[in-house]
Amino acid sequence: MSTDNIKHTHSAHVSHHFKDANQEYDAGKQGIWLFMVTEILMFGAILVGYAIFHNIYPEMFAEGAKYLDWRLGFVNTLVLIFSSFTMAISISFIQKNQTKNATIALATTVLCGAIFMCIKYYEYTHKFHMGLFPGHLLDIAKVHPEHANLGMYFGFYFAMTGLHGIHVLIGMGLITWLLIRTIRGDFHSQYWLPVEGVGIFWHIVDLIWIFLFPLLYLVG
Amino acid sequence: MATNSAHHGDNYINHEKGLWSWLTTVDHKRIGLMYMITVMFFFLVGGIMALLLRLELFAPNTAANVGQVLKNGDVYNQVLTYHGAIMVFMVIVPGIPAILGNFFLPLHIGAKDVAFPKINLASWYCFMAGAALAILTFFFKKIDTGWTFYTPYSIRTGTATVMMVLGAFIMGMSSVLTGLNFIVTVHKLRAPGMTMHRMPLFVWALYSTAILQLLATPVLAITLLLLAAEKLFGVGIFDPALGGDPVLFQHFFWFYSHPAVYIMIIPAMGVVSELITTFSRKVIFGYTAIAYSSLGIAAVSFFVWGHHMFVSGQSATAGILFSFITMLVGVPTAIKMFNWVATLYKGSVSFDSPMLFALGFLFLFAIGGVTGIMLATLPIDVHFHDTYFVVAHFHYVMVGGTLMALMGGFYYWFPKMFGKMFNETTARLSFVFIFVGFNVTFFPQFILGAMGMPRRYFDYIPAYETLNKVSTVGSWLILTGFLFGLWTIVQGIRKGEKAPMNPWRSKTLEWQTASPPPHDNFAVEPIVTAGPYEYR
Ligand code: HEM
Ligand SMILES: [Cu+2]
Repeated sequence: MSTDNIKHTHSAHVSHHFKDANQEYDAGKQGIWLFMVTEILMFGAILVGYAIFHNIYPEMFAEGAKYLDWRLGFVNTLVLIFSSFTMAISISFIQKNQTKNATIALATTVLCGAIFMCIKYYEYTHKFHMGLFPGHLLDIAKVHPEHANLGMYFGFYFAMTGLHGIHVLIGMGLITWLLIRTIRGDFHSQYWLPVEGVGIFWHIVDLIWIFLFPLLYLVG
Repeated sequence: MATNSAHHGDNYINHEKGLWSWLTTVDHKRIGLMYMITVMFFFLVGGIMALLLRLELFAPNTAANVGQVLKNGDVYNQVLTYHGAIMVFMVIVPGIPAILGNFFLPLHIGAKDVAFPKINLASWYCFMAGAALAILTFFFKKIDTGWTFYTPYSIRTGTATVMMVLGAFIMGMSSVLTGLNFIVTVHKLRAPGMTMHRMPLFVWALYSTAILQLLATPVLAITLLLLAAEKLFGVGIFDPALGGDPVLFQHFFWFYSHPAVYIMIIPAMGVVSELITTFSRKVIFGYTAIAYSSLGIAAVSFFVWGHHMFVSGQSATAGILFSFITMLVGVPTAIKMFNWVATLYKGSVSFDSPMLFALGFLFLFAIGGVTGIMLATLPIDVHFHDTYFVVAHFHYVMVGGTLMALMGGFYYWFPKMFGKMFNETTARLSFVFIFVGFNVTFFPQFILGAMGMPRRYFDYIPAYETLNKVSTVGSWLILTGFLFGLWTIVQGIRKGEKAPMNPWRSKTLEWQTASPPPHDNFAVEPIVTAGPYEYR
């Protein structure tokens, strides 16, 4: 935010403990980034677990990956990348006071999230149908795994994609909230911090998927 | 930088009225007090459990009447688990940052509040929700894994692991939110002239702690989630029967929990720095060294977790490396110790009750630290692992260290928090009983440990009886001490005489505003022109 904005913004949105909108904006943004650090570390830890076991049981991970449909994963990757784009332009629309365009962009983003989740739902139910469950729930009679511990692969699959999916759902909820506030006219060229914050969250969630996709679907 | 409350009588306590105004408050001072009340309650619960454990150990189970306070080993393990989990997750980890940090960090740097007041309140609710979840398990299916939830036992045992672990997860979120809030507050809300190098050392300590909270807690979070998933769906990651690795759980767990012990102790070191300089009436020796050694401890603490796993089957190379790196933590810690002692040297030391606790801290923490170095020595730990030596060591650090600082900090800032003075005599009595009782309780445990008495057992051979008796009697002395402390606080709030603005003639910013402080902390925004400890 450039300093010449301050003049117009001392009013409504500045909480009493901040000096001005600039200070509030900087603090908010730093808070969001720090929170993102914790998200990345959380996923980072599970990736470490993945790396360790991939190293111990490479054939098992290869066998597991065969059951995943990379085309579905690929479509989902494209959907999320596109949604990151619509999220980003929604901010620039708001900065230019184009509320209507921003509304459309945000709605598209939520829609992309929904498409992603629908595909996920399809993938999950398909797996259940085939008897591919995590850990000891794996239906050995149906699957006939070559590798005795194949259940662990699906343990990782469901844990990683499940945790990511929950984040997508949270993101969709947050964007819906932004959508309502945008329609109400809360955001404009002087104030868009919540949009930017949720945007950062959404980009990080996308970024995590961009790691999960090759690790689960392609490495094998 | 002197300011005073213009409107007399209006302060954060009477600014708004009614229970609802407290439950919805976003004032960091009120949130600090809410933490104080809840943490004290949990301390009481955990303390009763401790007394029960010690009572059980008063005599071997063969002795008539006194041998079997708790019905059997299972019950003992349950009480032990709750004692440990409550004391760690609900008392010592949140203790100083959430109570004193919340209350004083903004005052210390001349801010009106923390950066995100609503998140601050949310973090109290997270804490309460997580604690409630964890404690409720006690009324359904008790958990008996110990506070470390080691796999594979925690996966197999038919108790409430999932609920307990989710409780700990939510409390972890609370801790992350507090840490995040503190970091941004320090970065963005310092008063004009309050440079980083003019911040009180307590703020530096909270800042280093916050970094640790932010970097370590997410790893615990995922570990606990995976443990819950393991128990619910058997994902196989930690379960050896499914090809998983229980030692990986330990790696993950200690990657958080070792830094967590510094989350517990660094704030205490911050409090002690304030106390020592104030009551020696001297500029603290080596301000920069103390400030940066907090960061140093925080950094090194991430690379030493393996010292909890010397006997877990990790490779010998790993053991040797971890042993070596662990020793390095001693360096920044020793720097602090020397600086405190150097500050005391030729200072005009006064022995008010907060200072007594600070000196108690120095003494007990030194013992805890030295025995820590012993345990970090790989060949010694192979003998002392999971004996009472370890129990004594961590109580010296956590209780002798953190809790002493918390008590000292309480007394020191009491006049500012409540605008009243407390009774110095009962305050000193509380110190004497806690200090003496503490040593009577825990020193014998070093000897017991060296004699080979294992921890987490509800019975022992007759050879250990005398020392165990001494230890149990000590726990009653500690109880007496804390009752004196509670009395002092309650009577101080009820009947204490009005406190002056700055009873200890301290130099930091919080003493430059009214006691208790007004809703907005300072009537006029302070402008800082000098460092925090301009004595002489
Ligand atoms: C004040 C008097 C206290 C007494 C008499 C006491 C006593 C005990 C006893 C008898 C045990 C069981 C040791 C074993 O069998 O391994 C224990 C464990 C433990 N205590 Fe305390 N304790 C006290 C205070 C505290 C405090 C304030 C903390 C907080 C940090 C604490 C943290 C722990 C932890 C973490 C364990 C280990 C639990 C486990 O191994 O799962 N204790 N304590
Ligand atoms: Cu450790």
